[in-house]
Amino acid sequence: MEALKRLVRSPAAIAGLVLLLLVIGMALTAPILFPKDPLSLAGRPLQWPFTNARFWLGTDTTGRDIAAQVFHGARVSLLIGIVATLLAITIGVVIGAVAGYYGGFVDDGLMRITEAFQTLPNFLLLLVLVAVFASDIKTVTIAIGLVSWPAAARLTRAEFLSLRSREFVEACRTLGMRDLQIIFREILPNALPPVIVYASVIMAVAILLESALAFLNLSDPNIPSWGNLIGTGRSVLRTQWYVSAIPGLAILLTVLSVSLVGQGLNDALNPRLKRR
Amino acid sequence: MRVLLLALRRLAASLPTLFVLLVGLFLLLQLAPGDTVDALVAQIGGGDPTMIEELRRYYGLDVSVAVQLGRYVWRLLQLDLGYSAIYGKPVADVILERLPATLLLMGSALSFAFAAGMALGVLAARRVNRWPDTLISTLGLIFYATPSFWFGLMGIVIFAVKLGWLPAGGFEEIGAGYTGFRRVADIAWHLLLPTLTLALIFLATYLRIMRASMLEVMNLDFVRTAKAKGLSPGRVITAHVLRNALLPMVTLIGLQAGTMLGGSVVVESVFALPGLGRLAYEAVVQRDLNTLLGIVFVSALLVIVINFIVDLLYARLDPRIAT
Amino acid sequence: MKTVLSIEGLTVALPPGADRPHALEDVSLALSANEILCVVGESGSGKSMMTGALLGLLPEGVRATAGKILFDGEDLLTLGDAALRKIRGARIGMVFQEPMTALNPLRTIGDQIAEMFRTHTDLVSAEITQRVIDLLRDVHIPHPEEARRAYPHELSGGQRQRAMIAMALALEPRVLIADEPTTALDVTTQAQILKLIRELQQRKGTAVLFITHDFGVVAEIADRVAVMQRGRLVEAGRAEDILKRPQHLYTKALIAAVPPLVPPPPKAVTAEPILRIEHVSKTYRKGGLWSRHRRVTHAVQDANLVLPRGGTLGIVGESGSGKSTLARCIVRLLDPDSGSIHLGGTDLARLSRSAMREQTRRIQMVFQDPFASLNPRRRAGELVAQGPIIHGETPAKALAKAKDMFALVGLDPDATERYPHEFSGGQRQRIGLARALALEPEVLVADEPVSALDVSVQAQVLRLLADLRSRLGLSVVFITHDLRVAAQICDRIAVMKSGVVVEEGRTAEVFGAPRHSYTRALLASVPGRGWTPPERSDVLLAAP
Repeated sequence: MEALKRLVRSPAAIAGLVLLLLVIGMALTAPILFPKDPLSLAGRPLQWPFTNARFWLGTDTTGRDIAAQVFHGARVSLLIGIVATLLAITIGVVIGAVAGYYGGFVDDGLMRITEAFQTLPNFLLLLVLVAVFASDIKTVTIAIGLVSWPAAARLTRAEFLSLRSREFVEACRTLGMRDLQIIFREILPNALPPVIVYASVIMAVAILLESALAFLNLSDPNIPSWGNLIGTGRSVLRTQWYVSAIPGLAILLTVLSVSLVGQGLNDALNPRLKRR
Repeated sequence: MRVLLLALRRLAASLPTLFVLLVGLFLLLQLAPGDTVDALVAQIGGGDPTMIEELRRYYGLDVSVAVQLGRYVWRLLQLDLGYSAIYGKPVADVILERLPATLLLMGSALSFAFAAGMALGVLAARRVNRWPDTLISTLGLIFYATPSFWFGLMGIVIFAVKLGWLPAGGFEEIGAGYTGFRRVADIAWHLLLPTLTLALIFLATYLRIMRASMLEVMNLDFVRTAKAKGLSPGRVITAHVLRNALLPMVTLIGLQAGTMLGGSVVVESVFALPGLGRLAYEAVVQRDLNTLLGIVFVSALLVIVINFIVDLLYARLDPRIAT
Repeated sequence: MKTVLSIEGLTVALPPGADRPHALEDVSLALSANEILCVVGESGSGKSMMTGALLGLLPEGVRATAGKILFDGEDLLTLGDAALRKIRGARIGMVFQEPMTALNPLRTIGDQIAEMFRTHTDLVSAEITQRVIDLLRDVHIPHPEEARRAYPHELSGGQRQRAMIAMALALEPRVLIADEPTTALDVTTQAQILKLIRELQQRKGTAVLFITHDFGVVAEIADRVAVMQRGRLVEAGRAEDILKRPQHLYTKALIAAVPPLVPPPPKAVTAEPILRIEHVSKTYRKGGLWSRHRRVTHAVQDANLVLPRGGTLGIVGESGSGKSTLARCIVRLLDPDSGSIHLGGTDLARLSRSAMREQTRRIQMVFQDPFASLNPRRRAGELVAQGPIIHGETPAKALAKAKDMFALVGLDPDATERYPHEFSGGQRQRIGLARALALEPEVLVADEPVSALDVSVQAQVLRLLADLRSRLGLSVVFITHDLRVAAQICDRIAVMKSGVVVEEGRTAEVFGAPRHSYTRALLASVPGRGWTPPERSDVLLAAP
């Protein structure tokens, strides 16, 4: 509760929340404002923004409405961001918690796997996953989640390492509490705040990863993605640069809003740091 | 000597990691629908069962998964990355051709991000919660949120198309026949925008970490001691805070080496640079899994080597390591 | 005697939102040359703010609003930062509490001492090096030449503090401020450092302002004493006057709370053992398969101890003696490598994890840190009810039991709804005690239960513990580093050093006629051992 109060008092967090609500609003209203398939031909190609009231953000190389793609793209970015983040956090928290609490061989084994994932450049692994499996939206989302968990695991592990030798955990053990209960009911709530903050970083990166994949034409071609649109605009970059510029701004603002909210959360959950 | 031993030990410790990675990749390939032979057969438009059988034996696919795994790891340990049907030469050769451009790009981007991130981080920490700090932190957030490929494209629009100051892409002027210093300058000229593009996100991370680290160290007891000794604020920062605050930054280099390699895929594609990243992209598009896995393997090695160097550096900075 | 430093009517304001408006209120104090003035107070008394104010190093938002600090005819409060920097280090030296964190971990000891000369003098580097070596020799660091090149982590705690002192005295300042300089040290090391400070102070005629919370240390070292309470100076005077004849009520209470080193007359204890510890050993192995240095620490070696039913067995020792490891082996937080721990007829050391979980209701533990030992996200009542619930009680009954336990340990039963951070340190220790007692254990293992508490609170908690022990017929294993506390509360004492129990016996015998040389050294190091607090504190053993 107190953390929430602190959150709404930070101007950066407010700005982030407003931006984020705006993006969510775009995602929710997309089917109402632009009921037609955003990837279908809408009008004359390459109309500049603000020249035609019907297409206020203009049209792209194949005559698709840019505004419609931007609004529908918000749905895709948020969806992929949220699902991939949940997946990554779940994997990371479970692996990190078990490794950090038990230590020893369990920790060694799990950390080797985590390190293996971290040694692999995550975007390359993403490319491999997409190349091996398909590049439909489901696979892409799961793949992004799969390459994003190691940092969350390390963070959770570090928290658990420091918390497990705290006296309140020892007290639980001397009371005869079972390990699973100690891990998930006693330690995890204390370990979670930094992980929640980190979730915003994962979500920001997930959105960026998807857009990069789509830009390279390796994501699902049948969905309206901001990255896709930027890729489309590349061929007319010298003259109609707005085709690439507009969706890029959308990505920037979305990721910025997520980061700002994350930073606000951080300040709210760790008030000690804020004062400095 | 102490430092070297320590780093070698860490290097040895990364061997199991590499092994886990290789096994993981191999299993991943097993999951892929169809094997090399299926792909070949599909490419040549079908074939009779005996020929397929023959091919399976030729590619070593007729034995158990465990034996295949053993052979695969053994081949990789000998740095035999296989043959690329697309490029018509060994994968190792293809990769070696592309490696220098990527290393150059990564090296320059890393140096720039580290130096600028450090400088801005120190500046922000010394003016914490005042306007320089706010400005720098906000810029950092914006840099972090900018998709690098989009930043690259916009850079091309502004600096290459509109202003004509910088080249729009490529590694050097093809056919200009520059040599010596002239060629170095030409390559630097071409790499300016790509370096900035790749460095941007990392710059944001480094400046944020440096700022936080400075603030943390400035609150430690020994800084109070330094002040009680009568040192000037400037001396306190340079003689006591800076080196301690650098430790997390150095760790970050190792942690982000992989991410940076991943980022070079996109940047090299935007600027048409003949590097490893672009090769990876081409391999995906052309379904050249051999080359792709070779790149993954080489990248992992590269990350391990970078971490080895980072360990050396860290141990030099921090005497508490390895005692 | 000539006054070197005088504080006149100093008031230091805290930022808005703090628990009180002023850290210091109208404090006046004079420090003369060639004397040690001890400023004594509990946490929150404002004694550390005073040192900050003296050197112009107050935390952000805290500032001096009234008064003067006169030093050499100048008011330090009116000096600018540049002028203050010339005084800091050169004319007023400073030693801090925690020698590990007060030194820069990345630079050598010699380099950090040399920095004093580089900052304040024009000496050339060869001269500086010689001076540094001389200084290290002055503070009796063995092998000064090597110590100069060592990093802080390569020295022991005592040696680090010696290096700190060498650094503070490098430029022969007229005033040395020592802020709890021995609090983080073991008792034998503390005795050496106190001796060193006294020796150097007398040799150089330095005026020392010595901040401490420990009246034993005051008795050991002070020429004059100033007692602080919540930002105010309540009493000041010559050391022997205040120690023998305290005038102010607060001073009297503080001194009464110091446990005397002389044990009370022994009470009758049955010979029937409830807990037998036989041949228990625990070894730590550091560094994994890949490590070059695989260090092996014998934390506990072949410990044999007996706890009589209804008695209290004290395990005393310095840090690293293995006393905490042994305590954790007894409750199976750690698994001993060998040996047996018989609780009644059960060998706890041989139980499986699930069988041990069953036995936990018979043996419980109380922890040291009142902040870390309670989960901050659970209500106090929940924390106490957890044990009974785990062992099969219904939540409603367990909560009712928690309320009973709260009453038992002297807390308001209605406070079960509150979170740990809403309680004071002493109250938290009571919650910890209630949590352990809620399972109605036969044996209570208490690991330094009062070490983190202020002396007056410490006395209250010890009294409660003694009271509960006799009312509930508890048998207690009491781990402590504080021989004064051990003398008052334990029937038997075991002394541990480097993992080995070097001496064990009835408290009066161990204190009266120690057999082992280490026990003798330990007793000789207790600060203020020659001083017996005037009002015999029967506070501790108030039996019903």
